[in-house]
Amino acid sequence: MKTYQDILNLTPTSAENLTAKDFRSAAEVRWCPGCGNYSIIAQLQKTLAEMNIPKEKIAIVSGIGCSSRFPYYMNNFAYHTIHGRAIPIASGLRLARPDLSVWVVTGDGDCLSIGGNHFIHACRRNMNLNILLFNNEIYSLTKGQQSPTSRVGLKTKSSPLGALDDPFEPTTLATGAGATFVARGTATDPKSLQHLMMEAHKHKGASFLEIYTNCLIFNDNALKDFSDKEIRKETTVWLEHGKPIVFGKDNDKGIMMDGARPKVVPLNTGKYSLNDVLVHNKRDSYMAFLLSNMSYDTTLPRPMGVILDLDNIETYLERTEAQLAKHYDHDADLMTLLAGSESWEVK
Amino acid sequence: MEKKQKTLDNLTIRFAGDSGDGMQLVGTQLSVLSGEYGNDVNTFPDYPAEVRAPEGTLYGVSAYQVHIGSKPITTMGDRIDLMIALNASSLKVNLSNLTENAIIIADINGFDEKNLTLAGYANNPLEDGSLAKYKLVSIDIREELTKALSDLNLMPKDILRSRNIFTLGVVCKLLDRKLDSSFDWLKRKFGQKAKVLEANTRALQCGYDYATNSPEFDTQFIVPPMDKPKGIYRNITGNEAVALGMVTASRLTKMPLFLGSYPITPATEILHFLAGFKKYGVRHLQAEDEIGGICSAIGAALGGNLAVTTTSGPGFSLKIEAMGFAVIAEIPLVIVNVQRAGPSTGIPTKSEQSDLFTAMYGRHGEAPMPILAAQSCADCYDLAIEASRIATKYMTPVILLTDGYLAQGTEPWRLPDIDKLPDLTKYFVTDPEGFQPYKRDEKTLARMFAIPGTPNLEHRIGGLEKQNNGSAVSSDGANHQVMVEIRQKKVDNIANDIPLLEVEGEQKGDILVLGWGSTYGAIKAATDKLRSEGKKVSTAHLRYMNPFPKNLGEILNNFERVLIPETNNGQLSVIIQGKFLKKVHKLNKLMGIPFKAYEIENKVLEMLNQGGK
Repeated sequence: MKTYQDILNLTPTSAENLTAKDFRSAAEVRWCPGCGNYSIIAQLQKTLAEMNIPKEKIAIVSGIGCSSRFPYYMNNFAYHTIHGRAIPIASGLRLARPDLSVWVVTGDGDCLSIGGNHFIHACRRNMNLNILLFNNEIYSLTKGQQSPTSRVGLKTKSSPLGALDDPFEPTTLATGAGATFVARGTATDPKSLQHLMMEAHKHKGASFLEIYTNCLIFNDNALKDFSDKEIRKETTVWLEHGKPIVFGKDNDKGIMMDGARPKVVPLNTGKYSLNDVLVHNKRDSYMAFLLSNMSYDTTLPRPMGVILDLDNIETYLERTEAQLAKHYDHDADLMTLLAGSESWEVK
Repeated sequence: MEKKQKTLDNLTIRFAGDSGDGMQLVGTQLSVLSGEYGNDVNTFPDYPAEVRAPEGTLYGVSAYQVHIGSKPITTMGDRIDLMIALNASSLKVNLSNLTENAIIIADINGFDEKNLTLAGYANNPLEDGSLAKYKLVSIDIREELTKALSDLNLMPKDILRSRNIFTLGVVCKLLDRKLDSSFDWLKRKFGQKAKVLEANTRALQCGYDYATNSPEFDTQFIVPPMDKPKGIYRNITGNEAVALGMVTASRLTKMPLFLGSYPITPATEILHFLAGFKKYGVRHLQAEDEIGGICSAIGAALGGNLAVTTTSGPGFSLKIEAMGFAVIAEIPLVIVNVQRAGPSTGIPTKSEQSDLFTAMYGRHGEAPMPILAAQSCADCYDLAIEASRIATKYMTPVILLTDGYLAQGTEPWRLPDIDKLPDLTKYFVTDPEGFQPYKRDEKTLARMFAIPGTPNLEHRIGGLEKQNNGSAVSSDGANHQVMVEIRQKKVDNIANDIPLLEVEGEQKGDILVLGWGSTYGAIKAATDKLRSEGKKVSTAHLRYMNPFPKNLGEILNNFERVLIPETNNGQLSVIIQGKFLKKVHKLNKLMGIPFKAYEIENKVLEMLNQGGK
């Protein structure tokens, strides 16, 4: 039995030689067979093993929904909390414990609907969290209702004649709310997903990673256009920092600016060359708005990879630590505080 | 001029003026200097909800009431003996609370035509004889100050800013108080601004001299000092007491303090204080909403911090789902609810005890939580520590109820001897051998608590029902029943770890006045008086609302009749009747202000006159 300070002073376990298996709990995974979440959890387990952080220093917090069952399957300090509230709970944990790596696992309903307020504020505060948004464009755990990322017209149990409202584009929302790391991957591209998880981990501050995942029960193939290994070559563009934004089976198309708007140009007709193509700069938030907004234009490919990665932006935690470093006096006399500015003595 | 002296055992003074007149400032200083002098003191600030209410209006009146005594003082004073009225509106709204022969000190500059119109006076009450039953002293404070400050080259409006300090000088003379400590106070307050300091120093002396020389003030009121236990004293509000109590609890538990909160009247000052206590290592998040406030505190609690969230009624409602989570996850958390008049936005600046039901029953599912209720401003300190003790020892969220009256009012508080406070060190599990998050201490039923950073104790918990003694999620009905009963028993058992309820007066008899929370002062004043007059009435006051002290049932049975005064519509009455099958008499006040002692006295007298059941 140890005090709080004793716990902080414990010798950490070795972070070397960890494998994905070390992060698997004994609990039986209960997602539907074929669910995209199986791939996501496997990639996170691999990533955590490679982060070189002692296992006990990693915490995972989720809300409610299919994706939020995630903590039970992880061999970590993991918390399955309240619908929509994973982010504030994780924020409190992170602020209380600067020594931890804190991951939030959330879904499109949990994060963008009931938890929308917390999400935007965590972004603006640059809260030091890694937020993994599992986007399947549907409420699954409640058996199939439209979500804030469902497309207009989608027929679900709660929208039998078609969804009436426009969806959020999560990466635009995150960018607009002030997130300093915004990325998108898909469960069907495990290697890239691992890479993005590691980038999210390395980023200081709020890291937002949207992950396309398929619900084959209630919204099968909703994101197939951007996830299927063959199709996505033509429908998505993999962003690489400092490189021209090109895509297509043979990298034969590029994104070029047409005034203030991006457009697709062929690179194999001789009319345009790589010199005409927009070069990705993940350190530029103007570009992040442009790229994230491409989802609204069906003539454009969907950007995947790291959309935004602003380095060295102060975080809420850093500012807290700076105030504490300046003012915290471990030996401060409590009686002075209690006595306040006006006290008197009765002798 | 030589004055008569009249010795009193208590006196109620009210400074009233417009919002910008600095009434809170001089009221606070009078309470401090009275405490220093050796009086017992209880105060209540009364100011408008509007940030800058239009000048001179009835709803723009700001007042500060100080009740001083040479015997223990537990209320803000039922009626005003001495009132400062700086304008017509401040006179009008306070007139009904004056004693018969009250002294009114009025500044005639606040009674010009504009001010009279704003107050709705057809005639000037200072001149039309309508105040004949009071002792009225009208002063042209502007003229007095203009004379005294003439060489300072101040703008006329700046001269008027010292009106409040002038009245403090007058009051000091009338109470025969020396000015030394107030001069020191002015130096501390205005030391950086030489001219302002000089103006106010002269204003204080000017008021004092005015009262000395004016034949209209023919009497000084001597409220002698009382014997108080030795120690360092200060005046404290309930809100500051909560903040200081939490910092102290953090020291005692050896857990860093974390506050997750959202601004809401009248709880916000707790956030103000704690956010400024970085010197003491306090971390805080002013969250995006009330839910974010409690949830961030829950996160900090999971990380091993002493976590607190502070709020008032509407925010309390918003936090309820998260409280249920804290109950099932069994994590230590202190939830402070500074009650105000509801429902909904209600009257935010007015006080009420109307969240007892919500605290007791407000959550979905079976979600028992310990509930404490502070009985005085200073008690907020003790109960913040007690809430932290129970939360960490029993692994449970704890609700601390205070209210707007306690939050804003002040009373002298004797600083505790920190070294003599109990050791509340919180210990966390580190041994993986036999660890299960829902394995319990046999005595307290507290579950095992391991926090992130502890090697080999990784585990998963959450809002889903768990297997008893284990960690796995369980939907098994029989297990759920067991877990519900354990969580209930854990809270019920706390009754063995709290003080028994004490009865003042005879231990058995006809009438017991049973109070809870902030009604303590009024009940105490009323029943002390009745007992001193030979009336048979006993009192008991609850600070532990869940679980109740073990002997509550027995005490109830020792009395023929039980009277429960509450500033709500009878919530404790319903709970007591339901739990103990004891019929109770109710006295309910829902006017946003605390009971007057005489209201309780009259009710008891009425019951005594009726006799029997």
